[in-house]
Parts: sequence; C-alpha cells; structure tokens
Amino acid sequence: MSVAVAFEDYSLGYDRNPAVMCLRTEIAKGSLTAVVGPNGAGKSTLLKGVIGLLPPLSGQMSFGAIQCKDISYLPQQSEIDRSFPISVRELVAMGLWREVGSFRGIGRSHNARIAEALAAVGLDSFEKRAIGSLSGGQFQRALFARVLLQNSPLVLLDEPFSAIDAGTTADLINVVKHWHGEGRTILAVLHDIEAVRAHFPETLLLAREMVAHGPTDKVLTAENQFRARQMCEACSGPPHTCTRHAS
Amino acid sequence: MWELLFQPFVDFGFMRRALLGCVAVSVGATPLGVFLMLRRMSLTGDAMAHAILPGAAVGYLVSGLSLGAMTIGGLIAGMAVALLSGYVTRMTSLREDASLAAFYLISLALGVLIISTRGSNVDLMHVLFGSVLALDNAALTLLCVIASLSLFMLALFFRPLVLECADSQFLRSVSRLSAVSHFIFLTLVVMNLVGGFHALGTLMAVGIMILPAAAASFWTTRISGLIALAAAIALLASYSGLLLSYHYSLPTGPAIILVAGAFYLVSVVFGIQGGIVQQTRTVSAVEI
Repeated sequence: MSVAVAFEDYSLGYDRNPAVMCLRTEIAKGSLTAVVGPNGAGKSTLLKGVIGLLPPLSGQMSFGAIQCKDISYLPQQSEIDRSFPISVRELVAMGLWREVGSFRGIGRSHNARIAEALAAVGLDSFEKRAIGSLSGGQFQRALFARVLLQNSPLVLLDEPFSAIDAGTTADLINVVKHWHGEGRTILAVLHDIEAVRAHFPETLLLAREMVAHGPTDKVLTAENQFRARQMCEACSGPPHTCTRHAS
Repeated sequence: MWELLFQPFVDFGFMRRALLGCVAVSVGATPLGVFLMLRRMSLTGDAMAHAILPGAAVGYLVSGLSLGAMTIGGLIAGMAVALLSGYVTRMTSLREDASLAAFYLISLALGVLIISTRGSNVDLMHVLFGSVLALDNAALTLLCVIASLSLFMLALFFRPLVLECADSQFLRSVSRLSAVSHFIFLTLVVMNLVGGFHALGTLMAVGIMILPAAAASFWTTRISGLIALAAAIALLASYSGLLLSYHYSLPTGPAIILVAGAFYLVSVVFGIQGGIVQQTRTVSAVEI
C-alpha cells in the first residue's frame, strides 16, 4: 500500500495556538477518507495545512508520489464573490489553470472537457448563466465541476455537503465515488456521521489530536466518539510537546 | 455646431494637448477602476490618490515644478503607503481598511504640510487640481507611456487578475501568481494616479478611474463590456468636460469629473442592470 500523505508529529494552528496537534498517521493512496470530529477539532485546519495555506507549527508532512501542486481543494466557505460578473462556464474553466496558466488559450479539447465536467454534475444547460443566478446547490455543483477539471490525484473537500439539498448531495456523493473509482485519494471533512458510514470506507477521527484512524466501522465506535468529545472539551490550555503514543 | 464642438480644438494647441492627455488617462485608468470596483476597493483608489501627495511635494521641494521629480516622488510615496499598510495588515490584527486609512491620512497631512510651508497657494492648487490646460510635451509623453504600459500589463496579467478578484483563495491554491498580480495591480493604480494628477490633480485623478466604472456597472455584467463601456464614458466625459470648461470658463478637472458624475447619476436611475427605474418596475410587476 503506497502512501499519499504522511504526517510526522504534525502540528498546525493560528497565532501559535495549535488547532491540530502531533498528528502521526498516513493517508493511503487511493483511499476515500472522511475526517470527522467535534466542532473545533481542527478538521478544516488540517486541510488548509495539506494544501499549504497554513504553515505547520512543528513536525512534518510529506507527499508520496504526489506533487504538492497536484491537489484540488474545495473550501468550506468559498470566498468567491457571488456577484462577480463571470459565467458558470468561466468559473468551471478556472479548474484548467494548471494546464493553461495565464497565457495559453482554451482549445477545443478543453472546451469538450468543460462541457463534460458540467454534464457530470448536472449543469449542462447552465454554461452561460451568471454565477450570481445559481442556487446554493447549483453553485456547489459548479465548484465540483471545477475540481473535476483540475484532475488532481489528491482531492480535499471541506464540508462539501453542508447546506445543500438531498438531491444535490446524492449526486455529488456519486461524483466523489467516481473519483474514488478512478484511483484518486480523497480527504473529506464531514459532519453527517450516517453519510460517512454509508459512503466512506476510511475515517480519521480528530479532536485536535488524532483519536483514531482506520476502517470507518472500527473508528466510529460510541466509545471513540465519546472520547473525542471529552478531549475537545478538555483541551483548552496551550499544549506543549508531542508525547509518543504507543500505537 | 462645428464651432461649439470642434473649433476650440482646431484653434488652440493647449486644447488639443489637454484632449490627448485626457484620452491617455481615460484609457489607462478606467480598466483599473473596473477592477478596483469589482474588488470592492473603490475607496482604496481615493486613499492612494491622497497618499502620493507628500512624494510629489518632496519632489517639488527638491526641484520645483519638475515633472520627473514629482512623478518619482509620487510613485515612491504611493508604493510606500500601499506596502506599509499591507505589511501592518498582515502582521497585526488591524484590518486592511483601517491600516490603509491610517497611512494615507499621515501621508496626506505630511504632503499638505510640506507644500504649505515651502510653496505658494498656486502650487498647492496645481498639485490638488492639476493643470490639464498646461500640459507640456514631457507631461504628455509621460501620460501616454503610463497608459500604454498599463494596458500592456493588464493584457499580460488579465487572467490572474480576474481570478484574484473572483476567487483569490483558489488562485493561491493553484499558483504563486496571487501575490504577484496583486502587487502589479497596486503598482499600476499608483502609476495611473501619479499620471492622472499631472492632468487632473490628486483629488480628481481618482474620479476618472472610479466614476466611469461605477456608471458602466449599471449597463453590463461582462468584464470586457465593463472595461470598454467605462473607457468610452471616460472619453466622452473628458471631451465634454473640456468643452464645458472652455465655453463657460470653468476649472477643467472638476468639469470633467462632474460630467462623469452626471453619467453615473443617469446610470443609477436608468441603468438596465439594477438601476432604480428597472428595480421599481420589477417590484411592481411582482406586486401585480
């Protein structure tokens, strides 16, 4: 089993207050992993660390065969200004950045792939619509299409299904499963434990420190979840060094 | 009709020079104004315009009403304020608007102080309101070079700039160009303000940047359309402002900006993209 991302005593945080502490684990290549944990457990922070938006406080993270530019990241709350005057097609086409950069033109094959991505998320006829005219669910579909075009081996999704309708969620979960089938590594922060049990084979349970990581049914036990809640409530003071757990 | 609209430009060289200067400022500055507006930084333009004052004043102190010294001084002061406020925003808890406001106010006070202790009121008026009717060859060349350079750089960095405006987080996640394009953008804004202040003065230069962009936003929702329309409005405002100032002996800078302001007000009322008339029609249609 090859490794996509490995964490070595990895700590992340803001203003020296760690939000993720002493993480030691490995994300297997091609795995479909849910990151779960109580509020304030450092789930979103972890994704920001992986994509490089947040430098680590200490410890190391390494990528296996993946280049760190080969990562797609869908943030929890996209900072996109929805009133910005661009069309759905232009939003989705941003996913081609790594191929076209600032200067190269968008050719016929690119156009075909844009159309394909839009079709895959069920937005075929929305190409020319302004992004401001989309509903929350449609907008999330468009962002998924953008991730599709990025064509990355490692995909990070932060609460991708919060605040969208059930139909859209079902469609987008299918997109995620399709990525998994293509051998991509997927790390998704999720709140809905039922959805995790139903669709995500692996789970990483965080409460600032790692509580458990492994097959979902072994990780999401009542005991582990209780422990995670307790750890999150207990850990208010700034902690210090990484103690090696016998794991 | 001919006499009213064209004779002044035929008869007087200074009118032709003023027109050329205004065309350069309009073409170079308005696309930047569109981006400033889309990034909700319209007031940043205003702040930067004030920030270049002490640089221009020091340039004036060193070598009088010299184009080169005042331009370089203005550029340095503008960039210093932009970079310092960016630095304070990143390093402290102060938000960007507050840190920018703090630095530009310091800068402005310094500028007024320098000018009023060493210069005359006429000089202060020149810096604040420009001298579009007295543009010499060097000033015209400077304005045209700045306009060409802005258009060239905008063309070169158009895609990262649009991405930086629309979704800077995404651009940061895929490329290192985010910071670069932001810096280039700010540099272009400062450059155009410095150029604009020779023609229209520090107070008015920002007007030709923002007003046409704000007016255009009521007519189209495409970026390319916004830029083209804003430039057209700026050109029309420059032309009619010059004529108004000629026929009625009005100060030129304010006349141009006021015409642009009139375009804006008309757009607010009649614009087809969210103008007042259209909004009330939509509301009454819903009520029926």
